[in-house]
Amino acid sequence: MAKKIDVPFNGTKEQEEKLRAELAQLKKRGDNGLMIAALQKAQDIYGYLPEAVQQIIADELGVSLAEVYGVATFYAQFSLFPKGRYKIGVCLGTACYVKGSGDVYKKICDTLKIEGGQCTDDLKFSLDATRCIGCCGLAPVMTVNDDVYGKVSAEEVEGILAKYGD
Amino acid sequence: MFRSHILVCGGTGCTSGNSMKVYDALVDRVQKAGLENEVHVTKTGCFGLCAYGPIMIVYPEGAFYSQVKVEDVDEIFNEHIVKGRIVTRLLYKETVGEDGSIKALNDTNFYKKQHRVALRNCGVINPEKIEEYIAYDGYEALGKVLTEMTPQDVIDVILKSGLRGRGGAGFPTGRKWQFAKNSVGNKKYVCCNADEGDPGAFMDRSILEGDPHAVIEAMAIAAYAIGADQGYIYVRAEYPIAVQRLTIAIKQAREYGLLGKNIFGTKFNFDLDIRLGAGAFVCGEETALMTSIEGHRGEPRPRPPFPAVKGLFGKPTILNNVETYANVPQIILKGADWFASMGTEKSRGTKVFALGGKIHNTGLVEIPMGTTMREIIYDIGGGCPNGKKFKAAQTGGPSGGCIPAHLIDTPIDYDNLIKIGSMMGSGGLIVMDEDNCMVDIAKFFLEFTVDESCGKCTPCRIGTKRLYEMLCKVTDGTATLEDLDKMEELCYYIKENSLCGLGQTAPNPVLSTLHYFRDEYEAHVRDKRCPAGVCKKLLRYQIVADKCKGCTLCARNCPAGAITGTVKEPHVIDQSKCIKCGVCMEKCRFGAVIKA
Repeated sequence: MAKKIDVPFNGTKEQEEKLRAELAQLKKRGDNGLMIAALQKAQDIYGYLPEAVQQIIADELGVSLAEVYGVATFYAQFSLFPKGRYKIGVCLGTACYVKGSGDVYKKICDTLKIEGGQCTDDLKFSLDATRCIGCCGLAPVMTVNDDVYGKVSAEEVEGILAKYGD
Repeated sequence: MFRSHILVCGGTGCTSGNSMKVYDALVDRVQKAGLENEVHVTKTGCFGLCAYGPIMIVYPEGAFYSQVKVEDVDEIFNEHIVKGRIVTRLLYKETVGEDGSIKALNDTNFYKKQHRVALRNCGVINPEKIEEYIAYDGYEALGKVLTEMTPQDVIDVILKSGLRGRGGAGFPTGRKWQFAKNSVGNKKYVCCNADEGDPGAFMDRSILEGDPHAVIEAMAIAAYAIGADQGYIYVRAEYPIAVQRLTIAIKQAREYGLLGKNIFGTKFNFDLDIRLGAGAFVCGEETALMTSIEGHRGEPRPRPPFPAVKGLFGKPTILNNVETYANVPQIILKGADWFASMGTEKSRGTKVFALGGKIHNTGLVEIPMGTTMREIIYDIGGGCPNGKKFKAAQTGGPSGGCIPAHLIDTPIDYDNLIKIGSMMGSGGLIVMDEDNCMVDIAKFFLEFTVDESCGKCTPCRIGTKRLYEMLCKVTDGTATLEDLDKMEELCYYIKENSLCGLGQTAPNPVLSTLHYFRDEYEAHVRDKRCPAGVCKKLLRYQIVADKCKGCTLCARNCPAGAITGTVKEPHVIDQSKCIKCGVCMEKCRFGAVIKA
């Protein structure tokens, strides 16, 4: 796997204000156990939970960053890395690989200038290598959100990506 | 008065099949025809027969349309609603007799043996309208409890009914409530476990989506019984429709004064909050769930102290699951004897099962305890598709076990299932046929528990991982017979030493398959063969020379270039190149490719 490079944090002032307002709302309920709800709100706003956002939550709720991080990494729902609006998966299972999905994968990396597990700066596309998705007859296979593309060649990659507007 | 009622299923299964577009189209046709005062279109909860969704039913005829598409709406509307001619072509075929007559839904095989208590309102009322729930005796039980019964009376009724927890181990509900009532404390909590995590079980989701008020009413009754004034429903964030309907239901109940202060003009106060789970299977365990409501990593803690003594935020707490609660208002209204008259001696009442896997009628069924597996699988479920042979049924999800074909006449209740090495769990029932490899199934469940182990205790964290690795050796054909014995020993070690229910039951899928299907394990180990032809490493595709016409289709489709041969001559598969994807077998028109 390619090493994960941190995407620079691009949170806006509006997002931060919204988060702080949501957290204030939560605190007003005067209840214990707000951490998970706080993280869910934050992920709704930012799409993921970078360190800067975890720090805001830690400050607002008066707990340590370690505690926030501990909860954020425990549950499957939370992601510490951004995902694109369009999540691309390329099957690197054996059947697809021998039919050239490795070239497709590399072509996507080159076109979007990202590596596996990463997301483009505009948060439009993210790329992941997947295990066999069980349609070897269509190899090589790539998916974009719920769309499945079979018998893809590296030359077709740009055309497929171009179908996805904003 | 409406002359016609159209009920469209708004459960998750049917919604995924576009039932809401069908609903919108119907509403649109009715409005355009100016029939709003004659024809009533409504969304309901799940009918249970998910395999045939989207489902809609038209009363008073009771016409049960299945697999309805948006394109069918015009025909149904013009023919049936306007002209009164039922569109037989689109009816669920079991409801149409040979002479074209229409049978009542309750006479079809799928519904005939069912007895709906927990699911009684699902597919009947609109879950987003409290008035419809009230019209079906809703909140009458709460009224009766608050105005005519003492808390001890309530607990006595629940104890006498024999109701046991529907979410896992089957602990008697009345006893749990009694413990919490006896605990001293000025603050107590009532919690609902709606974190349904077993792969293949979805009855709790259906109840929340189809009849959310039943759960709210039951929680208020429980709160009165133990002396609590605050409740939490812990529901999975992955169930958006359930969350939305619960939110609406709580709001409506507050508006009607059925939640809040001085309910029914008494001194009883009770309110409810929803807490969204964030995706952790271990949070189905009661102490882990409470830790998660408190906002921490959902890790379990040792018991005692039990939650009834020291639970949520350190206060006495009861936790029951959705289906358990859904039974409570009925028990209060109809009495303990009515409930106890259903089921077996130690397992009273009914149980909802989610039928899935290799079975015709996938969906939700509610049957009296003590119904045999044969009745569920063949009479209600319609047996395995494609004429395949039934091999085993898996109950209890990752905590349960596989029940082999020769035990198919076992009456299902808590104790019988434990006796044969499985458990009730939340009621998932996955049917497997001859094409399923039992080692592979055990491996599937173990992979799940390895992923979901919270990591707090070593026997579970490391034990399940090692067990999984041993299973991989078996499916790869590198295990020895000695490994099978070691596996069994490790299973018992994990069961005895794990902290919580997750680890204590995680080896069950392995133990039960080792017990009933040892020959299959041994075939993998000794003969390096997977009898069901599932385990890829042990699989060999071969071309039968006599049948091969040399059409080259397989060779042209092989992704690995492993097939060679001349045109019109038998082809050969090079085993060293073959990746066992099965494309050749799929493509061959002459049945010349076989699994060996």
